[in-house]
Amino acid sequence: MIRFVLQRLLLAIPALFGLLVLTFIMLRVLPNDPSAALAGENATPAQIAAVRNAYGFDEPLWKQFIIYVEQVGRGDFGNSIISNRPVVSDIAWRLPATIELTFVALLFAACVGIPLGTLAAVWHNSLFDHVMRIVTVAGLAVASFWFAIMLQMTFSMELDWLPLRGRFPVGLSPPLQITGLYLLDSLLTLRFDLFGQAFAHILMPALTLSLGGLASIARFTRAGVLETMQKDFVHYAEAAGYARRRIIWVYVLRNSVVGATTQIGLLFGALISSAVAVESIFDWPGVGSYAVSAILTSDYKAVLAVTLVVGLIYSIVNIAIDVVHAWLDPRVAENL
Amino acid sequence: MLMLKKFLRDVPAVLGLLIILSVCLIAMLAPVIVPNLDMVYDGDLIARLKPPSPEFWFGTDSLGRDVFARVIMGTRGALAVALTVVAFAIAIGVPAGLYAGYTTGWGSELVMRVTDVFLAVPQLILALAVAQLIGRGIESAMAALALTYWPFFCRTVYSEVRRLRNTLFVEALQGLGASASRILFVHMLPNVASAIIVRATIGMGFTIMTTAVLGFLGIGATPPNPDWGLAIAEGREYLPQSWWAVTFPGLGILVTVLGFNLFGDGIRDLVDPRLRRSR
Repeated sequence: MIRFVLQRLLLAIPALFGLLVLTFIMLRVLPNDPSAALAGENATPAQIAAVRNAYGFDEPLWKQFIIYVEQVGRGDFGNSIISNRPVVSDIAWRLPATIELTFVALLFAACVGIPLGTLAAVWHNSLFDHVMRIVTVAGLAVASFWFAIMLQMTFSMELDWLPLRGRFPVGLSPPLQITGLYLLDSLLTLRFDLFGQAFAHILMPALTLSLGGLASIARFTRAGVLETMQKDFVHYAEAAGYARRRIIWVYVLRNSVVGATTQIGLLFGALISSAVAVESIFDWPGVGSYAVSAILTSDYKAVLAVTLVVGLIYSIVNIAIDVVHAWLDPRVAENL
Repeated sequence: MLMLKKFLRDVPAVLGLLIILSVCLIAMLAPVIVPNLDMVYDGDLIARLKPPSPEFWFGTDSLGRDVFARVIMGTRGALAVALTVVAFAIAIGVPAGLYAGYTTGWGSELVMRVTDVFLAVPQLILALAVAQLIGRGIESAMAALALTYWPFFCRTVYSEVRRLRNTLFVEALQGLGASASRILFVHMLPNVASAIIVRATIGMGFTIMTTAVLGFLGIGATPPNPDWGLAIAEGREYLPQSWWAVTFPGLGILVTVLGFNLFGDGIRDLVDPRLRRSR
């Protein structure tokens, strides 16, 4: 098992190194003259030369790359143009908000998607199954940014049930920071009033984000359950007189969900992508909305830092999922 | 014929194909069927933000332009962009995948490691970074999407070719002295084609969606382009009163992407029994 984890980590290294090369090319090689860009619009040639010297842009490219890798290793991505603070502290400050949002969305997608998929398989070819199929295919075809606006329009603007934007009411201080996740922190400090506020704010963005995930989880669960129900051990359990409910919701489901865990990796990528637009619609102070404002202000250091951080998290998540998968199903580790 | 018969029995897939065909037809005939063609780009400021009516089926936007005419004209842009992006991604990804799958050695390794790098970041994030680097506008958005989408084709083709490389018919061809390019393009490509077609169909829907996101975020299409994503961003400021300017472009995305997804699912079931939805 440890060997499997190590192997999986080793496999990720070339990709992450490649990502460093790619961002380096985008950062240093493609812009016509990064020194001129850094020195500002009205800089004199002497000032540009000074910048070039100070940042090491007059060094050969391979040396610049080593400097770049060192900087990234230290977590030094330079200062953001918007906030004028180090990009890395901006991202670190905003990361918990994104983690909380994607986690709640994933949880919701799994809690609703797995039972729905199972029911669709149990009652397959019934009316419920056909309706579910249309709903799940449509769920993957809805533009999440449009769905977010539709929710806002209905539940905030028209009905005034839920807050329009933000992560917490303005003027109310958020719960004591323990994990950085407001929902968890408010529970840990027993501030149920704050939990209610945080929950009301996260509801619509999380619902929007979970839509695509819910649809694919339901589809994979349905396919998995249908396949497992054909297996011999199910017939055996039926013959042995186990309750049908127990067979489906315990034995069949456990065997079907294992295969679906690998899908969560793909799902996570889709979630992060939708989070970019959804966060900026709801003014959610996460990494996604940071990326959007960085792009709109041409803050290219921040953009590339986000790309690197997302790439790193994405790789870690995929490794973690492979490990969990191997733990649930030891045959996977043997086949590597 | 058996394939066709099987396909026709798959109602959702046929529905998907019908949607795709109608969207293509609408795109081609757009200038003929749009009632107020002059109100696609130039609005009538007196008639701004009018609700849906017999004259303006989907209402008018903040500049007094006909939303119905813009949604219909938007199909052209969406299809053209997605087709171009997918075509470029195939043009890069398929030869790269054929090469990497058939040969061994550092060249093949290099191609696949580059592919891994691109697949290590969600496509949209990478496309955002590339688009912001090469500038605003629909052309740079298209370039960014194509540059970040080819690895998906490369991966698909690579694994198919690897699977085929050790089959008997390829070994026989090698034994007969067929050249590598002959084996690859004449004999392997037709075997890989179905996987490419499935990927491309799903990729069309996916790219229409991503283009809309880029347009919405302000790094894709620029005004006065009737792009759906851009239209949603423009209409958003006049909510909740003028719901029509946001709702209908979104439905345009939904219907078009739904068509490609349904059809893609259907043909995947046909050509790839391993991934078949059990029915």
